[in-house]
Amino acid sequence: MAKVLVITSGKGGVGKTTSTAALGAALAQAGRKVVVVDFDVGLRNLDLILGAERRVVFDFINVVQGVAKLSQALIRDKRLETLYLLPASQTRDKDSLTETGVASVIKELRGKFDWVICDSPAGIERGATLAMRFADAAVIVTNPEVSSVRDSDRIIGLLDSKTERAERGERVEKHILLTRYDEQRAARGEMLKIDDILAILSIPLLGIIPESEEVLRASNVGSPVTLNSPPSAPARAYVDAARRLEGAAVPMSIQGERKGFFDRLFGWRAA
Amino acid sequence: MNVFFDLFRHRGSAPVARQRLQLLLGQERATRGGGLDLLGVLRDDILVTIARHILVDDDHVHVTIDRDAAMSRLEIEVEIQHQ
Repeated sequence: MAKVLVITSGKGGVGKTTSTAALGAALAQAGRKVVVVDFDVGLRNLDLILGAERRVVFDFINVVQGVAKLSQALIRDKRLETLYLLPASQTRDKDSLTETGVASVIKELRGKFDWVICDSPAGIERGATLAMRFADAAVIVTNPEVSSVRDSDRIIGLLDSKTERAERGERVEKHILLTRYDEQRAARGEMLKIDDILAILSIPLLGIIPESEEVLRASNVGSPVTLNSPPSAPARAYVDAARRLEGAAVPMSIQGERKGFFDRLFGWRAA
Repeated sequence: MNVFFDLFRHRGSAPVARQRLQLLLGQERATRGGGLDLLGVLRDDILVTIARHILVDDDHVHVTIDRDAAMSRLEIEVEIQHQ
């Protein structure tokens, strides 16, 4: 049974696209058939984060408008054969994405994949509401910072009112994914505490992704962090989060970096 | 992880990022503001031409594009069914 998951946040720059790529890759690495869908019309970036930017043939809007078949627009990942990307259009007007068009594409994707992961644009406008519209579950990406938590709360309100499930009186399964978490700053009391964030938002926690240079390195080379650096702390945290999405009871922990010989020797790494 | 390869990884991923961006932005700027997306135009014209001569199901037309700095590749593979 396919599951449609939206990765959303309200606020920009918190890690939605990075998390979409990493969770999608982690689920594909576990053998699931996964498609990641970019909803950010005009500002697409999921192709770049996945390293598929040179291979875009057709896009989401081409499919909605009937110019191309879905199978022609899907780009298969070069490293993971069960991971596919449906890119957003970079050139079209964002109003070209209609609700009926999105509905029919999502329906077709449900028939082909185990997981349909929708990467939402920032904001609460049309693109963001369309990305969440047909979701069964949502991951709300939140940074331990006041404006991000406030925007997450706003998005939770939309998930409870503007989605198809909400309108049918059903619940959208919601999870908080805490990203860019810095344990040292948290210990010094400089960051919102995890328990406080969860108490404020009253949504269960899917995972804690530590702030790490491995995330930047992965985006530089166009490879999800779970593929680019599997032993790194953020990769392990994303793999755990993906397992929880599938219902596994994985104990929550804040992953630390495992330093290698050269890291200890030099004490720094180039980004 | 192999220590030898790990050493090379330390040279950094930033040059890769710069190279990828230069290539991508070069192509995006060229097609913005009315510029010609040559691969896109060729793709559409060729597909129209094929459709004019033979009836093929879209599922049997595979289009791939690989854009590179020195050379780009447009591949259109058509499976023609014999009756």
